[in-house]
Amino acid sequence: MKTLKGRIWTFGDNIDTDAIIPARYLNTSDPASLAAHCMEDADPDFMKKMRPGDILVAGDNFGCGSSREHAPIAIKAAGIACVVAKSFARIFYRNAFNMGLPIFESGALHDRVAPGDEIEVDADRGLIRIGPDGPPLTIEPIPPFMQQLLTDGGLMGHLARKAAGRAERSPA
Amino acid sequence: MGMTLTEKILCRHTHLDRVHPGELISARVDLALANDITAPIAIAEFRRAGGTKVFDRNKIALVCDHFTPNKDIESAGQCRTVRAFAREQAIAHFYEGGNCGVEHALLPEQGIVLPGEVVIGADSHTCTYGALGAFATGVGSTDLAAAMLTGEAWFKVPESMKFVLTGALSPWVSGKDLILHIIGRIGVDGARYRAMEFSGETVAALTMADRLTMANMAIEAGAKNGIFPVDDTTRTYVAARSDRRYVADTPDPDAAYSDVLEIDCSAIEPQVAFPHLPSNVRGIGDVGDVRIDQAVIGSCTNGRIEDLRVAARVLRGRKAGPDVRLLVLPATPSVYRAALEEGLLAVFLDAGAVIGPPTCGPCLGGHMGILAAGERAVATTNRNFVGRMGHRESEVYLANPAVAAASAVLGRLAGPDDLP
Ligand code: SF4
Repeated sequence: MKTLKGRIWTFGDNIDTDAIIPARYLNTSDPASLAAHCMEDADPDFMKKMRPGDILVAGDNFGCGSSREHAPIAIKAAGIACVVAKSFARIFYRNAFNMGLPIFESGALHDRVAPGDEIEVDADRGLIRIGPDGPPLTIEPIPPFMQQLLTDGGLMGHLARKAAGRAERSPA
Repeated sequence: MGMTLTEKILCRHTHLDRVHPGELISARVDLALANDITAPIAIAEFRRAGGTKVFDRNKIALVCDHFTPNKDIESAGQCRTVRAFAREQAIAHFYEGGNCGVEHALLPEQGIVLPGEVVIGADSHTCTYGALGAFATGVGSTDLAAAMLTGEAWFKVPESMKFVLTGALSPWVSGKDLILHIIGRIGVDGARYRAMEFSGETVAALTMADRLTMANMAIEAGAKNGIFPVDDTTRTYVAARSDRRYVADTPDPDAAYSDVLEIDCSAIEPQVAFPHLPSNVRGIGDVGDVRIDQAVIGSCTNGRIEDLRVAARVLRGRKAGPDVRLLVLPATPSVYRAALEEGLLAVFLDAGAVIGPPTCGPCLGGHMGILAAGERAVATTNRNFVGRMGHRESEVYLANPAVAAASAVLGRLAGPDDLP
């Protein structure tokens, strides 16, 4: 996975999926329409301020609440490069991997950064750097199965690859 | 070392002899559920993966309950997508219109979920079915698409936390208050990635309705699932609804739990969760003077007939305050019919309530009861996040049906004992 470099936006603990994409906009699953309201109830001006390639940094339990995949879809479609949180809610965590939004857990980052800082996320080496010469912070390693999901382009890609593998192995 | 209730059920749905917390497994699912918001994405993913036929048309439930009766053209389009798929695949459990209710009230009531089953749903409150002794958890639409295709889902086997409930409940205290109290104690991520297994003498005395309310809100503590043991209350409930066979697992006596918490239920008074987290709870005696504009009684948490009976007991002969909009939404058509036949709807009408159709409606700020900036609602629902019921500057206070009804009468947060 390539290194992700971007300007950050910070959010606190327990950012729920209603804040990421309010339910009133769930009458569509069109990524662009969802992206237009990304983070709206956490920061109403977020979409006016952010630029594609920016990174979200949050506290504990990011993505708690509903199972709506619209939440990682909205973040990805808005052009956010990745999300780094102290921890993620369970369903959001699996949804992000299933649909290919890079997310990382770091207990240390949130408390050391301010909005507008630049960070660099090197997933392969498990490191985050604040600014061009900040000290490297470690990120939680991604379990091998989840890495495989990202490599295969999400869960459906993974299943397709597995099915293809089975077809190759089975005698004609 | 033995297995917890959750581990046993998961294990029985794999080819393994036993499973351990933290292990990644692939398990067979007995039911895969989605609604009008989450199914369209799942259907698109199913097709994108080349899916032409679902793994088992009898093991899929599609419930159009969130924005129905369709609130706008986009919602109508989403339901049309779901309906067309349900017809094409001859899905056995498709609900829309007059047979439709709020999914997590509807499926147990219709006998579609049984003890010992593995259920995934593209809706976070799928954990409700743990009340029946099933393993049930919320997933995203892509997981659901994969399950519709293969009949399987991947899980990380969760650690289990055990909650031992003791003591008798005080008057007007229900399952809602127990679960709010527990969430207040452990926090909104207090059970993150884990199973909440409920046990203890108080559990045996809880009705199915109370258990469903409690398991429903396990996700509000971040849990993967909430689960109750199967007992005579469960068996009686299920026997009235299904003749399918099921397995009633029991946890091993030497099963390992990551935590054991004892809860003295006799010390709990009716609870209210203040904005903007379900963990922000106070006893009804400590709520202070909080004026409300709206009271909502309904949802998958507290829209069952037992809940409406309690609300009617409080509202009989009384009226909602002049500045309060009281909304009652029976969670399913059967609940609606029972409320009609028992005369509860007349009580609500006399109290000045608007009676809505069985729909999620206001619970998620969808329609039929949206709050303006600065407005406050007391609701029997399960989430009070920022903007959950409308404007981001509105507020939601979570409570049981008795408190919601009493608050409606007095125009401020209050319990039934505060009524003249
Ligand atoms: S009633 Fe509310 S919590 Fe329950 S399924 Fe509907 S929107 Fe979700």
